[in-house]
Amino acid sequence: MAYHHFVLPFSIGMAALFAILMVKFTIWIVKLESVDKRLIRKNLFSVKTLDAMGEVFMESLLHRKIFRKNPMLGYMHMSLAFGWFLLILFGNFQAQFYTRTMLHPPYFPIFFNFFVTTSEEYLFKASFEFLMDLFLLIVLTGLFIAISKRFYSRIVGLKKTTKLKFFDKLALTSLWFIFPLRLLAESFTSGLYNNGDFLTGSLGSFFARHLMVEKLALPAWWGYSLALGFFFVALPYSRYMHIPAEVLLIFLRKYGVRTRREFTSYSDIEVRSCSRCGICIDACQINNALGINNIQSVYFLRSIRERSVGDEKLFTCMLCGRCENICPVGIQLSDLRMTQRNKNGVQNTSTYDFLVPPKYKVADVLYFAGCMTHLTPAIKKSMLKIFDIAGVNYYFMDSDKEACCGRPLIQSGHYENAAKLMEYNKKLIRQSKAKVLVTSCPICYKTFKEDYKLNIHVMHHTEYILKLVEVGILLLEKGDSKVVYHDPCELGRGLGIYEEPRILLNKVARLLHPDEERENAFCCGGSLGSFNLSTQQRNIIRDDALAKLMKPNPDKLITACPLCKKTFSKGTKVQVLDIAELVAASVIVPEAKKALDMQKHETVLVE
Amino acid sequence: MKDFGFTITKDRQIDYDQHDHRLLQFVLENEPSFQACISCGGCTATCSAGNLIDFNIRKLNMLLRRGETEGLEKEINKCMLCGKCMLVCPRGINTRNVILKIKEAIQKFR
Repeated sequence: MAYHHFVLPFSIGMAALFAILMVKFTIWIVKLESVDKRLIRKNLFSVKTLDAMGEVFMESLLHRKIFRKNPMLGYMHMSLAFGWFLLILFGNFQAQFYTRTMLHPPYFPIFFNFFVTTSEEYLFKASFEFLMDLFLLIVLTGLFIAISKRFYSRIVGLKKTTKLKFFDKLALTSLWFIFPLRLLAESFTSGLYNNGDFLTGSLGSFFARHLMVEKLALPAWWGYSLALGFFFVALPYSRYMHIPAEVLLIFLRKYGVRTRREFTSYSDIEVRSCSRCGICIDACQINNALGINNIQSVYFLRSIRERSVGDEKLFTCMLCGRCENICPVGIQLSDLRMTQRNKNGVQNTSTYDFLVPPKYKVADVLYFAGCMTHLTPAIKKSMLKIFDIAGVNYYFMDSDKEACCGRPLIQSGHYENAAKLMEYNKKLIRQSKAKVLVTSCPICYKTFKEDYKLNIHVMHHTEYILKLVEVGILLLEKGDSKVVYHDPCELGRGLGIYEEPRILLNKVARLLHPDEERENAFCCGGSLGSFNLSTQQRNIIRDDALAKLMKPNPDKLITACPLCKKTFSKGTKVQVLDIAELVAASVIVPEAKKALDMQKHETVLVE
Repeated sequence: MKDFGFTITKDRQIDYDQHDHRLLQFVLENEPSFQACISCGGCTATCSAGNLIDFNIRKLNMLLRRGETEGLEKEINKCMLCGKCMLVCPRGINTRNVILKIKEAIQKFR
């Protein structure tokens, strides 16, 4: 049996790592919500497991999403992860072909070149030696980029890279040492026995000529083993825990497990899956425009892990979702922030008993303008005009004294209070017997769609107007104004509505395209998600976003959210309009339709 | 004492030394922009809750400054956090955070 004392650090480290991981994984899975466990049981033996394996390969090994962000950064992650994986995999194959048995100690393939120095032939010997050198070279090139990144992050397209803490640095350093030490150890041994392939062989003969390789080989192998052992022990307590955690996360996500309102075991797995790559820092407008760089998701998740979440990290975030959109691990970052804002059980003492029993009217379509739309009455008027021209039997449910939708309370963590308002609105919606609920405000829209659990169609007015146009009820005239469309966070990234407003705008105007749109669109800075940002700070964010939006030099800035409109119109001389206003101004009213409207039957008023 | 048939009006003087100023201090420390309030009433005019019932932030400001914090919890509970007041405030006061901080202070100093 091949053995040498230097394998001990590696073996002990690996045993410790496996033991810790077993314990952690067991605790995570046992602590999962029973609903989530049911999901796992239901989907374990389905195609979803295969699907998850595919994703693990694509994301954990190849890092496809990081490639999309920046090819250099993608290559760095891929070479380290996939390169190392191939080294381990082919190392094992090589050992099996050599011993012709499945049974060999786990350290044997890792230190294969130390133990096997004779020129004894085995199947595919030359190919194995070539491949192992090639994989090592790939890993080393990745490592070179990684080390350069620490000193100059722009080479991988990152303006800012994560500031690391002690344990991360320790693990990082041992990781950096692993592969150069492996290269040295293998080269020294190759030099000693005059074998090895293009990399270790040529380096080996070079070393053999100039150095005393027989004295250096063993210390190098010791160093390699120590670096490995050190890294394995540090792994569960550093950011490298993301390597095993992400695999579990991908499986659970494929089975349908999601972040909940409370911080669950799944949320904990998400927190540990964060690799602290720092891609979220560059995406954050609070970093870009304000230079505040300690509240971004990477630091926020770390503070959850260290149990030191403060108000600043929690309530400064605008919940715009730009970081979530770009996160290569696909962590539900906004929802995770919400789990920490949760104030259930405290401060939920509102009764809202001043809300009178809701007035309602039986109608086909309910229109909910939302608080913010009442601040921008032009949107409200345009919508009412569109309803009238289209001859829709509608009821304006919050025309005067009505409740808020509840989303601002949800965003502040006061779910129990929000539930009281939601109950009130639900009652009104149910009684009106409407089939469709149209809202002008994406903030309300998101909560109506996701939290209310209504059994009727909920639509934002962009979707509804487009429907009216598509079925031919609304005729539009194409104008020649040049417009830029701003995607509101809650409508775009929040609910994935990107196409509808663009189709509509192409019908009424000339649509220009700014550099950052759709899922990369900026937040206007007015977001209700943030509670800490001062008006001055919000203005800076707004101006920053406006500067980028206005690059194509449009005549009008179009958005689909009353809050975005209100925010932007304070910061620019260019006319800012809601899409409903532009459409209402471009509607052609046929005479025949007018006559028909006169006969529109009276709707029944029920109290 | 002999009853002369007169009633004495309750003293309405506000004794600043007697009152509890912890709430005010906490709110101003955590949301200093509230200092800038000029009681213009813009927030009250636009308030979604104020549209339905007597509720306004100016009154909260007055109660806080006077230290008359007993009725504050009942008052603050009317807010729905919709944020309209923040958008109309000419002084750029982060009104929603003021509300949250008052809530927090009530919890803290109860």
